[in-house]
Amino acid sequence: MLPVSYYIALSAILFSIGALGVLIRRNAIIIFMSVELMLNAANLAFVAFARSYESLSGQVFVFFIMTVAAAEVAVGLALIVAIFRSKHNIDVDQMSSLKG
Amino acid sequence: MLLSEIATSGPSFFYLAPWLVFFPVIGLLINIIFGGRFGEKLIGSVAATASGLTFVVAVLLAISLRAHPEGTSILLAEWISIGELHLDWAFRVDTLSVTMMMVVGGVGTLIHIYAIGYMHEDVRFKNDPGRYRRFFVFFNLFIAAMMILVSGDNYLMLFVGWEGVGLCSYLLIGFWYDKDLLGRPSHENATAGKKAFITNRVGDFGFLIAGFIMFWAFKSVQFDQVFEHAHHVAEHNPGIILAITLFMLLGVAGKSAQIPLFVWLPDAMAGPTPVSALIHAATMVTAGVYLVARSAPLYSLVPQAQNTVALVGGITALFAATIAVGQYDIKKVLAYSTISQLGFMVAAVGMGAFVAGMFHLITHAFFKALLFLSAGSVILGVERGHHHAAHGHHDHDNHGHDEHHEEEVFDPGDMRNMGGMRKTMPVTFWLYMIGTIALAGIPPFAGFFSKDEILAEANTLNFPVYILLAIAAFFTAFYMGRQIWMVFFGKARHEAAEHAEESPLIMTVPLMILAALSILGGALNFPGVSTLTHWIEHTYETFHLHLHHGEFNPTVAITSTVLGLLAIFLSWLLYGRKPIAEGQVDPLKKMFGPIFVGMENKWWVDELYWAVILNPYIALARFLADTIDWKFWHDWFHNSVIARGFKVIARTLAEPIDLGFIDAIANGLAEGTQMISGSLRRLQTGFVRNYALSVFIGVVVILGYLILK
Repeated sequence: MLPVSYYIALSAILFSIGALGVLIRRNAIIIFMSVELMLNAANLAFVAFARSYESLSGQVFVFFIMTVAAAEVAVGLALIVAIFRSKHNIDVDQMSSLKG
Repeated sequence: MLLSEIATSGPSFFYLAPWLVFFPVIGLLINIIFGGRFGEKLIGSVAATASGLTFVVAVLLAISLRAHPEGTSILLAEWISIGELHLDWAFRVDTLSVTMMMVVGGVGTLIHIYAIGYMHEDVRFKNDPGRYRRFFVFFNLFIAAMMILVSGDNYLMLFVGWEGVGLCSYLLIGFWYDKDLLGRPSHENATAGKKAFITNRVGDFGFLIAGFIMFWAFKSVQFDQVFEHAHHVAEHNPGIILAITLFMLLGVAGKSAQIPLFVWLPDAMAGPTPVSALIHAATMVTAGVYLVARSAPLYSLVPQAQNTVALVGGITALFAATIAVGQYDIKKVLAYSTISQLGFMVAAVGMGAFVAGMFHLITHAFFKALLFLSAGSVILGVERGHHHAAHGHHDHDNHGHDEHHEEEVFDPGDMRNMGGMRKTMPVTFWLYMIGTIALAGIPPFAGFFSKDEILAEANTLNFPVYILLAIAAFFTAFYMGRQIWMVFFGKARHEAAEHAEESPLIMTVPLMILAALSILGGALNFPGVSTLTHWIEHTYETFHLHLHHGEFNPTVAITSTVLGLLAIFLSWLLYGRKPIAEGQVDPLKKMFGPIFVGMENKWWVDELYWAVILNPYIALARFLADTIDWKFWHDWFHNSVIARGFKVIARTLAEPIDLGFIDAIANGLAEGTQMISGSLRRLQTGFVRNYALSVFIGVVVILGYLILK
């Protein structure tokens, strides 16, 4: 059985990739996908720790996160569709009308 | 059983008492509201009927009193209830008040009827017929106020009436407030009205103080309650009763024109003659006498006050009688005569001869009203003659001369313009003669009995006052004789008197009734029968006050009659034997020189008051107004101290404090906020990734802190 640190390392790598994706990419869908990546990195960490500590709490959390992520996907995609309809574009840098 | 009870108790009309006031008020309301559409006769009739009905009520009350001589009090409404003071608006019906009611109602009604005729001509001589209605409204108001005065059940109600008649007196003296005797523009009458009102205020002040002390001492101003406790208070603190009675005397001196407040009454003759007769001879001026008679239970407890009142009355009687000798105006003579006669009454009630005072009050109301009204008839007759003469001239020379003689100053009341009017105005002459004999105290006329009763009482009770009154009686007969000779005998000294015309019946008939009363009035209290004494005694018996019974004193009676006849004879020697001619100096002046000048000039009392009281008072008022109020208070205090000081404080508050401090804080806050927000707004780039980076960095920082802590 692989030691838990491996899983944590993978989770960290995935999270970093997701975070970087959010910060760097301009396409809204890609950002969205990066967010999912980060969520799933967290899921991976939860599951890994749950297994390591032999506790079900971490797995229960994962189910919650997946449910919330599903709802978030629905709302997020609906937002992106609405933005595309009005702007014909999903580049987040174009959406800067709240500039102070 | 019941029938016999009714027969002995007789009918009771006490419940009618409030109508004494309601009737004249209704009369004046009718005249105020509908009088505009009425003719003069109707206006006068309404007023006279209202007055006549009060007389009927008074008579009915008197009939009721025969069965219940102790009298009663008719409650109309609860009036004042404050703390310890509980006063009812109640009408006191007893023999004393009903006597006054009958005099006021009876004489008042006769004068109302006379005024219907008198005012008809008066308003025409003065070219203002519109004022006819106003006169009768005031006249009815006077009757109402006088009835409140005499029927009040407590001193405060009496005071309401007291002030009410004072107001009517003021209104009626100044009735022709903008015209003089001849209808020319003038303020004389208004000034006379003010003089009367202000002089009376001095007296009213005394009355008020007396009322306050009374309430303080007795916790009540209701007659019964005060008189009931008077003995008790007098035992413990006689000074209080003395103070009350003496302050009350000041009120009496004001209203009844006694020394030192008598000066208003001669000027009050500025009012139309019916006013002089009703208010300033027969009724209102006797209110002071009534007040003392009403307060008899108080006065009889303090002999010092009684002596003071008697002395004031005696001195006034003599003093005014001497002035009357030197007057030329027919009404002025009567005015001073009234003051003098009021002095008799005040002296009488002062020395405790309350019934004698009331008796003289009644007979005086008859013959002085008669004299005044006859004098009014004389004056109107002269005015008619004046008009006749003036128009006669017009017919003769209406082409040549200017109408200067219309402007000629002619005083229809001046006795030096009269003379010989016995022939032109015979009815008035006889009426005047009756009044004169009654006033002079020649038997068997009314004045003889009442004056003699006072003199007889004075002879036993207060001898110095008796001397004063006896001399005054001598002067009374003398000036009345002088007046008769000057007005009615000899030859006319002015064409107006020569053409004088007799007055109509509406004026002379009331005079005839008054003349009959002046002749027969003595029967009211005939010596030995003493109807009035027994009648009024009922009232005093309820207060356990036993009057001194004056006996008829033949010596006194004969002395005063002889004195009166002697005075008339002397006046005949001076004025009747050889009538004074036009422009001739009064024969007394030649004989007595300075003394007569003093009488002529009213002993300079008015001038004295001007010098001692009025001028210093005016100077003080002017000093207070000009210097203290204007210069000090307005110019200095208000302008310099308050206005300038306020300005300095306001400027200090406005500039350094408000602008420099408070505004600066507000502005600084606003500017600071703007600056900070200006720099902060750059953070809002609008780029989602920037926000995301901020969140990321934030999370890293927080986590880093938590981990490295």
